[in-house]
Amino acid sequence: MIELFNNLFFDHTLRTVALGAGALGIVSGALGSFAVLRRQSLLGDAISHAALPGIALAFLLTGNKSALVLLSGAAIAGAIATWLVTNIAGLTRVKYDSALGIILSVFFGFGLVLLTYIQKQPNANQAGLEKYLFGQAAAIVEKDVLIMAGLGLVALFLLFLFWKEFKLLSFDRDFGTTMGYPMALIDFVLTTLLVLAIVIGLQTVGVVLMSAMLIAPAVAARQWTDNLAIMVLLAAFFGALAGVSGTVASSTISRMPAGPAIVVAVSFLVVLSILFAPRRGVIWQRGRDYLLRQRFRALGGKKDV
Amino acid sequence: MPTNALDVSDLTVAYKEKPVLWDIDLTVPPAVLLAVIGPNGAGKTTLIKSILGLIPTVAGSVRIYGRPYKEQRKQVAYVPQRGTVDWDFPTSVLDVVTMGLYGTLGWLKRPGKKEKKLAMEALEMVAMQDYAHRQISQLSGGQQQRVFLARALVQQAEIYFMDEPFQGVDAMTEKAILRLLKDLRSAGKTVIVVHHDLQTVPEYFDWVTLLNTRLVANGPMEEVFTEANLEKAYGGRFMQLKATARALP
Amino acid sequence: MFSPQVEIMLIASVVAVACAIVGVFLVLRSMAMMSDAISHSVLLGIVLAFFLTRDLASPALIIGAAVMGLITVFLVEMLHQTRLVYEDAAIGIVFPLLFSIAVILISRHAANIHLDTDAVLLGELAFAPFDRFIYQGVDLGPKALYIMGAILMVNIFFITIFFKELKIVTFDPQLAAVLGISPVVVHYALMSLVSITAVGAFDAVGSILVVALMIAPPATAYLLTDRLHIMIGLSALLGVASALGGYAMAHYLDASIAGSMATVAGLIFAIAFLFAPGRGLLSVAKRRVEQRWNFALVTLAIHLWHREKLSPVVGNAYAIQELRQHLRWSSTYFTSVMERALKQGLIAKRDQYVQLTEEGRNLAREGQGF
Ligand SMILES: Nc1ncnc2c1ncn2[C@@H]1O[C@H](COP(=O)(O)OP(=O)(O)OP(=O)(O)O)[C@@H](O)[C@H]1O
Ligand SMILES: [Mg+2]
Repeated sequence: MIELFNNLFFDHTLRTVALGAGALGIVSGALGSFAVLRRQSLLGDAISHAALPGIALAFLLTGNKSALVLLSGAAIAGAIATWLVTNIAGLTRVKYDSALGIILSVFFGFGLVLLTYIQKQPNANQAGLEKYLFGQAAAIVEKDVLIMAGLGLVALFLLFLFWKEFKLLSFDRDFGTTMGYPMALIDFVLTTLLVLAIVIGLQTVGVVLMSAMLIAPAVAARQWTDNLAIMVLLAAFFGALAGVSGTVASSTISRMPAGPAIVVAVSFLVVLSILFAPRRGVIWQRGRDYLLRQRFRALGGKKDV
Repeated sequence: MPTNALDVSDLTVAYKEKPVLWDIDLTVPPAVLLAVIGPNGAGKTTLIKSILGLIPTVAGSVRIYGRPYKEQRKQVAYVPQRGTVDWDFPTSVLDVVTMGLYGTLGWLKRPGKKEKKLAMEALEMVAMQDYAHRQISQLSGGQQQRVFLARALVQQAEIYFMDEPFQGVDAMTEKAILRLLKDLRSAGKTVIVVHHDLQTVPEYFDWVTLLNTRLVANGPMEEVFTEANLEKAYGGRFMQLKATARALP
Repeated sequence: MFSPQVEIMLIASVVAVACAIVGVFLVLRSMAMMSDAISHSVLLGIVLAFFLTRDLASPALIIGAAVMGLITVFLVEMLHQTRLVYEDAAIGIVFPLLFSIAVILISRHAANIHLDTDAVLLGELAFAPFDRFIYQGVDLGPKALYIMGAILMVNIFFITIFFKELKIVTFDPQLAAVLGISPVVVHYALMSLVSITAVGAFDAVGSILVVALMIAPPATAYLLTDRLHIMIGLSALLGVASALGGYAMAHYLDASIAGSMATVAGLIFAIAFLFAPGRGLLSVAKRRVEQRWNFALVTLAIHLWHREKLSPVVGNAYAIQELRQHLRWSSTYFTSVMERALKQGLIAKRDQYVQLTEEGRNLAREGQGF
């Protein structure tokens, strides 16, 4: 244990990786809260899968493998995917869930085509794109962390700035419109931030599992509080906790992939929260029901009510 | 001539393929308590939403106190149907009511002490002050409705649009809400209410708009709330509603 | 038997058809994302069954995977029923967890399991012809073809036998309850089919592209027809088209076969999305434009008609200038509506005045639903 803390503070690589994972957890937890509350949990899944062809195309077009270039490609592809899902569901009889499924899988399939195509190219520079599938925390370097933290700070700052507007959008969009707020624009900004949060996590967690980082911290946090601000803070904390513990696990246990480890950690938090959270938690509710029944019986009530 | 509270002319609205409102002309004088009635699917909700710019219109114009709606937003308050929001949203009663002030606050500014105080006052008007810090999922249907009303009250508007505020509330709450609406009217405000219970229309309201895709009638209660008009609006269904005719003036 | 290329195309087609025909019901029941969840979590079933049997070829793997598919559905419903988690969030929590556990197990025991995570995502269609079914020394063709063929038969069998039940539960759950058909039983039966199909297809195309084959062809067919049995047939056909087209594309680009199949399935959907008669974007846009003119004409007619009824004097003429002001249309729009109305004989014009014709009056009456 002590050694672990030693490593966390003094082992340069581990510290870098853990910092990156923590930053990603904070941002995805905070933005994911809004996605979950707006019933857009699975949109996050579609966006993250759709990032793959964006990454591949960015590489094909620029020949550059730096994180900033690839992640820009991911962000653009994610935005296009969101736009397509909304329009397929809005303009035709195809329903939202089908639209999500199609965009998610077709974009991902196209991404694989590009990836395999790139692998066949006689170009020494091509290796390493696969790490975006499951993420590869170990490969994260200081510069990546700086990019992640920079993007994350921008996202969090905007979230703070437009807090009131985002809350209005999530709770009662029509009411916002009647007060004169351009709700479509606010929606666009929030969705862009969601795309940003996803992009930040791709290097560490990968496109396949990224959606869990949006959904799980938010769902866990929701159980402990009825206050949106506290929920968002708590989700950020849970996200960071899972991110750091997952990467630490992956670096201390041999052949433990980071992305899946982070997902298991965050899912563990969900289970804990759903079971043990005061008031909302399953055990709390069961206990309350039990006590009520006891009291009812003590008052001489019939058993089978 | 005093300005009308609401002028709707030639309003036509269509969802995707289907026309829902045809060529509606409507004038409402200030300081009335108006019931919008009509059968299910008549377009009552659509009328209110299109007046408030929530649904694009095919044709027509809306004026509030003589000026285009866009310039008059601050004069307008809206109480949507209760079921349109997620009542499990993590927020408190006071917070929801404070949202009514976001319009006057404008971008980026946060609600502060002053806004909280105004919201509290609105909650007192609907006798919900004790629930201010409750989470909204812990409210009954009638309490939810009163929270929505408080959110509209805090807007300090001149004209109120309410979509079925009496839906699913008990008799006590209904009376309390009615009292509130009548107070608003006495204070010179115009209150437009989508209503479903024909029996109570004459007792509660003084102005009626009968709607069934097109405008059937619009005017003071005594002139408009007649058997002939109701038959026109409700068609065959009116025969089944005939029992309510006893309640007619 | 055949050349490997032909065998790959055969396997791909069988996979596509098996996926498409169960996918139809997922699309119609708004459960498309369940295919995403199931196709990921079956991996855990495969891994666990492998630990028990130590045999990658064992049929227990398919059973294990199918059971895991059902567990996924059950877990999602259980989470949702606590009322603490929205349904879409419940899906988004359950399958990443199960999938992650599977990936960790695979990677920790990589030496023992001949499964690697790339195969999980990419599928191994290209290698399918190498694993052959040999009976008493006779080569009977690739194993995958037999497995997928069997799964396809099960699907066809189930859907034919229970066609009526599936249809009623999908389109009219209330009627189903009245007729004594349990939606829960049908639901879980369907989910079992989805799971079995996902396992079979998983080997060939990988977990994520199963989703493409299950959802894209049925959604395309949904844009083209209203009849259930036609939709099923069409989905199967479109599935085969995606498989063959995908194979050709992969061959041409020397790229992932499964990925190419998904891409082609997506392209076919895009074509239908844009051009499907009646429901495609183009048709919808065209109809909107027509409707806009129609609305305008009817609005004009009703407006003039109201006016006629209000003041049935002076030959019912109406100054054009005044009319334009009342309708509040832009002057160009107003002019073209007037032109159309004149051309269709709905109004008559004299100097600066207009008047409804009998035809126009009829249109107004119709428009008002008399
Ligand atoms: N979003 C929508 N898309 C398509 N059609 C709609 C939509 N909303 C309403 N409609 C249709 O418009 C018509 C009018 O609906 P509206 O909700 O305005 O009726 P209503 O008078 O409020 O009915 P109710 O008494 O049931 O509340 C109905 O036929 C309805 O089917
Ligand atoms: Mg309504």
